[in-house]
Amino acid sequence: MANPLNWFSQVVSVTRFNLRTLPQRKGSSATAIFGIAGVVAVMVSVLSIGQGILRTMESSAAPENVIVLRSGANTEMMSGLSGDSTNIIAEGPGITRNEAGAMASPELFVVINLPMRSTGTDANVPMRGVRPQAFKVRKEFRIVEGRNFGWGLNEIIVGVGAKLEFAGLDLGSSIEVGQELWAVVGVFEAGGGLAESEIWVDAAVLQPAYRRGNSYQAVYVKLESREAFQNFKDALSTDPRLNVKIQREAEYYASQSTMIYNLITGLGTLIAVMMGLAAVFGALNTMYTAVSSRAREIATLRALGFRSGPVILSVLAESLLLSLAGGIIGAALAYLAFDGFRAATLNWSSFSAMTFSFDVSPELLVQGIILAMLIGMIGGLLPAIRAARQPVATALREL
Amino acid sequence: MKYFYLVWCNLRRKKLRTLLTVLSILVAFLLFGYLAAIRQAFNAGIDVAGADRLVVRHKISIIQLLPETYESRMEQIPGVDNAMHMTWFGGIYQKPSNFFAQMPVEPEELFDMYPEYLISDEHKKAWLDTKSGVIAGRQIAERFGWKVGDRIPIQATAWTHKSGSETWEFDLVGIYDGAEKGTDDTQFFFRYDFFEESRAWGSGLVGWYVVRVDDPQKAAETAATIDAEFANSPRETKAEPEGAFIQGFANQVGNIGLIIMSIVAAAFFTILLVTGNTMAYTVYERTSELAMLKAIGFSDRGVLGLVLGESFLLAIIGGSLGLGLAWILVSMGDPTGGTLPVFFFPVKDLLLGIVLIGLMALTAGILPAMQAQRLQIADAIRR
Repeated sequence: MANPLNWFSQVVSVTRFNLRTLPQRKGSSATAIFGIAGVVAVMVSVLSIGQGILRTMESSAAPENVIVLRSGANTEMMSGLSGDSTNIIAEGPGITRNEAGAMASPELFVVINLPMRSTGTDANVPMRGVRPQAFKVRKEFRIVEGRNFGWGLNEIIVGVGAKLEFAGLDLGSSIEVGQELWAVVGVFEAGGGLAESEIWVDAAVLQPAYRRGNSYQAVYVKLESREAFQNFKDALSTDPRLNVKIQREAEYYASQSTMIYNLITGLGTLIAVMMGLAAVFGALNTMYTAVSSRAREIATLRALGFRSGPVILSVLAESLLLSLAGGIIGAALAYLAFDGFRAATLNWSSFSAMTFSFDVSPELLVQGIILAMLIGMIGGLLPAIRAARQPVATALREL
Repeated sequence: MKYFYLVWCNLRRKKLRTLLTVLSILVAFLLFGYLAAIRQAFNAGIDVAGADRLVVRHKISIIQLLPETYESRMEQIPGVDNAMHMTWFGGIYQKPSNFFAQMPVEPEELFDMYPEYLISDEHKKAWLDTKSGVIAGRQIAERFGWKVGDRIPIQATAWTHKSGSETWEFDLVGIYDGAEKGTDDTQFFFRYDFFEESRAWGSGLVGWYVVRVDDPQKAAETAATIDAEFANSPRETKAEPEGAFIQGFANQVGNIGLIIMSIVAAAFFTILLVTGNTMAYTVYERTSELAMLKAIGFSDRGVLGLVLGESFLLAIIGGSLGLGLAWILVSMGDPTGGTLPVFFFPVKDLLLGIVLIGLMALTAGILPAMQAQRLQIADAIRR
C-alpha cells in the first residue's frame, strides 16, 4: 500500500467496473434484492405490532398521573374500592385542583360482550363508568363526533378504536345492557391511548346495571408534579382507612402490556433471525455465483496489477449496495402496508379487548436497513475473499 | 440407481453452493414448522372442544357472576345431562407474568365433565380428602417444578381471603395429564367448597357453567332452552357450544395471530422463490454439460429426470432436515416461556410440509428441466 491514493483509485475503478457488469447478472442480483427485501419487510412489520401496542400504552400515561387500585389487584378489572375510599383518596396531598375540586377521578371498569366487526364473534369490550373529573384528568380527550353523554342518562360515548373494531357502536345505534338500551351519542379520541378502545358511560348509570352499589375500581389522580408522587403514596399507604396500591400511570400501563409485548416481540425476533439466516445463505449464494462467473475478469484485473484489497472491497461494495437496495425496498413495503394499520387483540391482564395501530417507527425502519446491511456484509465478505485469493493463473485458464 | 449417483455427483461438485441452498431450504421449512405450532397455539382448544359441552355465561359479559343455584335448575332442563360451574380466580404465582388459569371447581364434577383430564385414582382420592387440595396440569407443574405435596401460595387479585390476607395457600395433591396433545394441561383446579368458605365476598356466586347435553345434535336447541329458562331474570345467561366459546376467545386474540401468520407465510414463499431461483441458475450454468450428456446418448427425458432429480434431492434433504429441526425445537417448549397453553407441531401440518417440499422441488426444477429437455445439442455445445 505504498500509495494510498493509487490504492483508493483502484477500489473505485474495480467497483465501478463491477457495477457496470451488474445488468449482465440481473437474475441473481434481483433475487438477492428480493430476498433481503422480504426479510426486512417481515421483520419490520412484525415488530411494528409490538411497537404499536407499546405506543398505545405509553400514550395512555401522563407523567404526573397516578392510578390507585385496591391492594393486591394488578389490574382495574380485579380491583374494588368503596365510594368512601375514593373520597378519602381524593383528599390525598399534592393533587392538582380545578374549579370542580381535586382532580381525582373514581372509575368503574367492566366489560360488555359485543360482536367484533371482523368475525362476528363476541369480544370483551371494556366499558368505563366515569364522573366529570375523568375528562379533566386525561390529556387530549376530545369528542370528535356527536356529543358527550348526559349525566344520569342511558347514553354512552365510544372510543374511535372501539367504534372501528366492534359492531353496533356507530353514532345513533344503541347497545343492549340487560333489559335496557343505551344509545351511542358520541365518539371520542384520547391521544391514541388505551381509552380509545373503550366505551364510556356515567358511573352512576353503570353501577346499578352491574350491581356494584356505590363502589368503584380505580381512582385516577392528577398530581401537581411528578415529584409529588412519593408524598402522595406515603400518605395513602399509611392511612389506616385505606388498603390501596399506588402506581404511576406509566408503570401501570407498562405492566399491563408486558405479556402481549413480549409474546409478539419474542415471536417477531425469532422469525426475523430465522429469515435473516435464510437471507444470508441466499446472499452468499448470489455473491459466490457473481464471483465465480467473473473469475476470469477478476484474474485479469489482478494480472494487470490490481491488488487484492481493492478486489475484496469492490465485491463487498456490490453486495452492500444490493442489500441496501433490498433493505430500503423492504422497509418501504412494510411502511406502506402496515403503518397505522388498526387491529384489536385481547389484553390478557385485564381480560378485555384493546385496539391499537401498527407503528412502523423510524427506529424500526433503521433497524431493518441495518439488518439488510449486515446480511450484505456477511454475504459478501467470504466470496470477496475467495475472489482475491484465487490463483491468477488457474482462474485465467478456466473455461 | 446409477442415475442417482450422477445426480449426487452433480450436487457435490459445488459443495458450498449445495450446502447454502440446502440450508436456505432448511430454514424455510423450520420457519414453516414453527409457524404451524404457533397457529395451533393461537387456536388452542378448538380442535379438542367437546361437541356435547356448552358454556353458559352471564349475558352481558363473562365477568359478571351467576348464582350457584343455577346448577340444579339447569340440570332439570330436558336435554341437559350434567352441569358444573367454574370461576376465574386470576391469582398471581410469584409474579404477574407467570400467567395460568386457576379455577375453583367441584372435583367429582370436573372429571365427569372432562374425561380428557387423566388422573390416577390415588391423586383423585387425595383431592377428595384434602379441602385445601389442588390439582395442576402436567405442563404447569413442570414449568414451576412443583411436586405432589408442595404448598403453593397464590396471591389473590380479586378474590381476597376472609382472613384479610392477600395470599391463598394450596396443597398440591395431584397432577393431571391431557388425553390428547391439544388438551390444556396448564390449568390449576382447587376445591369450590374451600373457595366458598374462604372468600371474603361473593358467596354463592360463580363465574360460568359448563353443561353437557344428552344429544350433541340438539346442542343449539338445548342452549336456547337454557337461555329461555333464565330470561327476564336479573341475571340472564348466554349459552353456546364450547367450541364456539373458545373460537370467540381465539378470535379476540387472533386478529394479530392472523396478521403474523400471513406476513410469515409471505416470508416462507419469498425464501422458496429465492432458493428456487438459485437452483434454476445452477442448471443454466451447466447448459453445455447437459448437451454433452445428450450427445453421448442420454434421452431427452433422461436429462429432464436428471435435472428434476437434482432439485428433488435438494428439496428433500433441506426440507426434511428443516421439518425435523422444527419438530425438535417445538417440543423443547414455546418461545415465550410458557405463555401459550398448548404448543406442538400438528401432524396435519407435517403432512402439509411434506407436500410443500414436493411442490417446491417441482416449481424450482420444472422450468430448467424442460429447458434441458428441449436443448438442441449442436446449439448448446457451440454456446
